[in-house]
Amino acid sequence: MKTLDQQPNTTTANATAQAQRARWLLYGEIALGIGALILMPIAIWAALAYAPTDAVQGDVQRIIYVHVPLAILPYVAFFVVFVASILYLWRNDERWDMLAHASAEVGVVFTTLMLIVGMLWGQGFWGRPWDWADPRLTTTFILWLIYISYLLLRFYTGNSERGARMAAVLGIAGFIDVPIVHFSVTWWRSIHPDTNYLVDNGSSALPPAATFALLVSFVAFTLLYVLLTVQVYHSLTLRRAALRLRAEAEDVTSES
Amino acid sequence: MTASFRLSLDQLWAIIVKDWRAELRARQVWVSMGFFALLALVVFNFAFDLRVENKASVGPGALWVAFLFASVLGLGRTVGAELDHGSMDRLLLCPVDRQVIYLAKLLGNLVFILIVQVVAIPIFAVIYDVPVLTPGIIPIVALGTLGIAAVGALFAAVSAQTHAREVLAPLLTFPLVIPVIIAAVKATEALVQPVANDAPWLGLLAAFAIIYVSVGALTFQYVVED
Repeated sequence: MKTLDQQPNTTTANATAQAQRARWLLYGEIALGIGALILMPIAIWAALAYAPTDAVQGDVQRIIYVHVPLAILPYVAFFVVFVASILYLWRNDERWDMLAHASAEVGVVFTTLMLIVGMLWGQGFWGRPWDWADPRLTTTFILWLIYISYLLLRFYTGNSERGARMAAVLGIAGFIDVPIVHFSVTWWRSIHPDTNYLVDNGSSALPPAATFALLVSFVAFTLLYVLLTVQVYHSLTLRRAALRLRAEAEDVTSES
Repeated sequence: MTASFRLSLDQLWAIIVKDWRAELRARQVWVSMGFFALLALVVFNFAFDLRVENKASVGPGALWVAFLFASVLGLGRTVGAELDHGSMDRLLLCPVDRQVIYLAKLLGNLVFILIVQVVAIPIFAVIYDVPVLTPGIIPIVALGTLGIAAVGALFAAVSAQTHAREVLAPLLTFPLVIPVIIAAVKATEALVQPVANDAPWLGLLAAFAIIYVSVGALTFQYVVED
């Protein structure tokens, strides 16, 4: 079987290939880190100073420049989990499993930040931090719960191969749920007469400076997402390598 | 009907009958499941202080939370305990498709949950004084329970193989079945208090059930095999 060859083991050829991959990971991290380091201050400057103050919302609207990238990227992250989970079950290559794990961790962190930032905005504009009538907010909150449970499952299964397969099943089942959750929470409130129709904070009517701020912020956060995912992935490969070495060392000592 | 499909049906039936026999003889999960559902209804009655003016909106919610808890409890005992005792390993040694095993576990448990519901819904209708005993309740309960059980059976099998055991099953199942709870509660509410231009809740329940029975059948093998 081809899939078996791809399982990294500790033969010398594989060890060199692994060292090569680790070096590329490091180069990638450095490049992404420099990019994020340059773009993040520009994004902060553009959001706080360059973009004009919103006529209706005032300064609290500036949260949007952070909030929107943080709201979109989790969906990207969890889509990566979905695809990597399918590929892991199909090809049985542990690299897909580690990618799914890394992307889920970063996705949960971003979703958490997005919810906090969103509640700050809600407090500033709506006068209350939370509104169940907003389907996007509710969908993302349920998404957050699903991937918290994904990380809990990871935590409880440790590094076993069966645990990785079970996490992949949840990674697939969880992402399929997203559109269903969105429909259900949209319909859930929309039939009530007391529906609180929200001001659409879409970007169609934004002035050019605001569009620029949003764009820079989006690129900066995308770089940050990729950087963090690569770093978590890298640390997972190191952890597995360490576990393998320890298992080998134990084999050697028990033989002698 | 092809021969292999017929064989699958025979295998499905054989596993279901085996599970029912084991269940009727020994563990009696369905008795505790039914009693649990009844207790939940009583607790909700006091937790929400049901009165005439709010019972139509709170009652269906209480009913479905009771069903959700009871279903996950029951699935944890049957699917989970089976993995614990190693009888699943022997079943996996048989020349049976993994999809057939999953569907058999799902349908076998579904029948037990439905039996509990057939008893619980009239009790609910009487003690909450909510008129849900109409033919319209049948598709809601059938599809809603199928959706919950499809997800619940899959993740009962998952959590039984971790350190956390039965604690993990609801943690994995509840976030995923939130659409089912929303749709089932809204559809049941509409029975009590008809709503004009209601959203297609039955369609949502049916779509959820079809999708997650398929996901469960396709992925169950990765959960139970070594």
